[in-house]
Amino acid sequence: MNITHPESLLFWTVLVFIILLFLLRKFAWKPILSAVKTRENSINDALAAAEEARKEMQNLKADNERIIKEARAERDTLLKEAREMKEKIIADAKEEAQQQGSKIIAQAKAAIEGEKKAALAELKSQVAGLSVEIAEKVVKQEFSDKDKQLELVENMIGEVGTLN
Amino acid sequence: MRQNFETRYFLEIKDMSIARKTVKTLAFLTLLFVSPVFSQEHHNDQSGDSGEEAFDPTEVIMHHISDSHEFHIFGDVSLPLPVILWTNNGLVTFMSSEFHHDETGEVIVEKNGMKFVRYHDEIYYAGADGKLSFDGEHHPLNDRPLNFSITKNVFTLFLSAALMLLIFIPVAQSYKKNQGAPKGLAGFMEPLILFVRNDIAIPNIGKKKHEKYMPYLLTVFFLIWLGNLFGLIPFFPFTGTLTNDIVFTGVLAVFTFLITTFSGNKHYWGHIFATPGVPKPLLLIMIPVEVLGMFTKPFALMVRLFANITAGHIVILSLFSLIFIFKTAAVSPVSIAFALFMFVLELLVAALQAYVFTLLSALFIGQAVDDHH
Repeated sequence: MNITHPESLLFWTVLVFIILLFLLRKFAWKPILSAVKTRENSINDALAAAEEARKEMQNLKADNERIIKEARAERDTLLKEAREMKEKIIADAKEEAQQQGSKIIAQAKAAIEGEKKAALAELKSQVAGLSVEIAEKVVKQEFSDKDKQLELVENMIGEVGTLN
Repeated sequence: MRQNFETRYFLEIKDMSIARKTVKTLAFLTLLFVSPVFSQEHHNDQSGDSGEEAFDPTEVIMHHISDSHEFHIFGDVSLPLPVILWTNNGLVTFMSSEFHHDETGEVIVEKNGMKFVRYHDEIYYAGADGKLSFDGEHHPLNDRPLNFSITKNVFTLFLSAALMLLIFIPVAQSYKKNQGAPKGLAGFMEPLILFVRNDIAIPNIGKKKHEKYMPYLLTVFFLIWLGNLFGLIPFFPFTGTLTNDIVFTGVLAVFTFLITTFSGNKHYWGHIFATPGVPKPLLLIMIPVEVLGMFTKPFALMVRLFANITAGHIVILSLFSLIFIFKTAAVSPVSIAFALFMFVLELLVAALQAYVFTLLSALFIGQAVDDHH
C-alpha cells in the first residue's frame, strides 16, 4: 500500500477531530456525564437513605421488643405476687379457721363438761330425791315390821357408805 | 490495587497480542502469496496491455485498502469527490470526475493555466509535453501540488463525525427531559459510555483526574469503533475504512502523545530523566531509552490499529480473490465460509481495537499524571 497525498487526510483529520472533540465535549459528553453523575449521586443518596430507614426500623423494632419484654416481666412479677398473696391469704385463713375451730371445740368441751357436771349434779339430786322417796316408801312399808326396819336401815346405810 | 489493575491489563494485552500476531501472520502469508503478482504489475505496465489482462489480486486488494479521489459505488458507478489543490498559483478545485477514472497520467486537466495529471492516485503537475517523466524505478519525477482533496477516507471521516454528532447530541438532550433511567438510544449508548469511564478511564487515570480526559477518550473510542465498523459495511456510503489509513491512526496517536506529554507532572518527567533507584552512570543509558519510550508508545498505537484493521481487510479480500485466481466458482463456498468467519472476527476486532487504543491512551495518560509510584 502506497501512502498517497498524506497531507489531505492529515489536514482533514486534525481539523475534523478537533471540531468533533470540541462539539461532542460541549454538547454530548459533558451533559451526558454530568447527568449520569447526578443520577448516580441521587441513586447513592436514595440507597443511603433506605439504609438509614432500615436501621431506624431495626432500632424501633428493638425498642418494641424491649418494651414487650419488660411488660412481660412486669406481668410475670405481678402474677407471682398475686399467687403469693393468694397462698398467704389461704394459709392465714386456714390457720385462723383452725384456731377458731380449736377454740370452739375447747368451748364445746368446756360446755359439755359443765353440762355433764350439771347433769351429774341433777342426777345425784334426783337420785337422792328418788332414793328418799323410795326410802320413804320402803320405810313406810318396812316400818310395819320393826326388826326389818332396823335391818334395812343398817343395810342401806352400809350401801350408801360403800357407794361413796 | 493499582498494581493489580496493571498486571491484569498487561495480561489482557498479552492475550490480545497473541490474537494480533495470528492476524498479522495471516496477513503476512497473504502478502507473501500475492507478492509475485505484485512484481508482475510493473512488468505489465511496461509491456503494455496485451489482450486480456490476468486477474491481479494485489491490485484489487491494494486498490480497495488505499485512499482514492473517487468513491466507488458499484460496477462503473463512482461518486466523484472534490479535488482541492494548493498549487504554486493558489487554490485550485475541481471534481475528480474530470480525470475520467484515469490513474495512468494520460488524462490532463487544465485549471488556472496549470495542467494536472493523476498517476496511481497522486496528482502531479504535468510536464511541458503534458506527460509524466519517470525515474529508473518507475516513480514520477514531476512536482506535485499540496493535495487537500476530499478523498474517500476524508469523506468517511466526515460521515463518521456527522454520525457521531447525530447520535450523541440527541442522546445528551434526552437527559434533559428524562431524569430517570435512560431510555431508547441513550439506554444503548450509556453502558458504552460508562464502560469507557468505569473500565478504561477510572482504573488507569484515577477517580480524581479522569474527568478531564473523558471527552478525548470517548471521542477516540467511538470514532475508531465507527471507523472500523464502516469498513465492514460493504455498500455505499460506507466501505471506506478510516482506520486502515496510517495517517489517520497516526494523527490519533499524535493527539495521545501530545496529551500525555503536556499532562506529564514532575513524577512523570522525573521518571524519564532521573529514574528513581537507578545509579547515576546508568542514567546515560536510561535517559535515551526512556525518551525513546515516549515516542515508541504512540508509534505502537498508530501501527497496531492500522495493521490490525488492514490485515483483516487483506485477508477477507484475499479469500474472495481465490475465486478469481482459481477461475472457478467451486472455490466460493470455501471463500465465503472463511470470509464470513473473518467478518465476524473483524466485528470483534473493530470493537477490540477501539478498546485497546483507548485503554492504552488512558494508561499512558495515567502514567503521566500519576502522583506516586
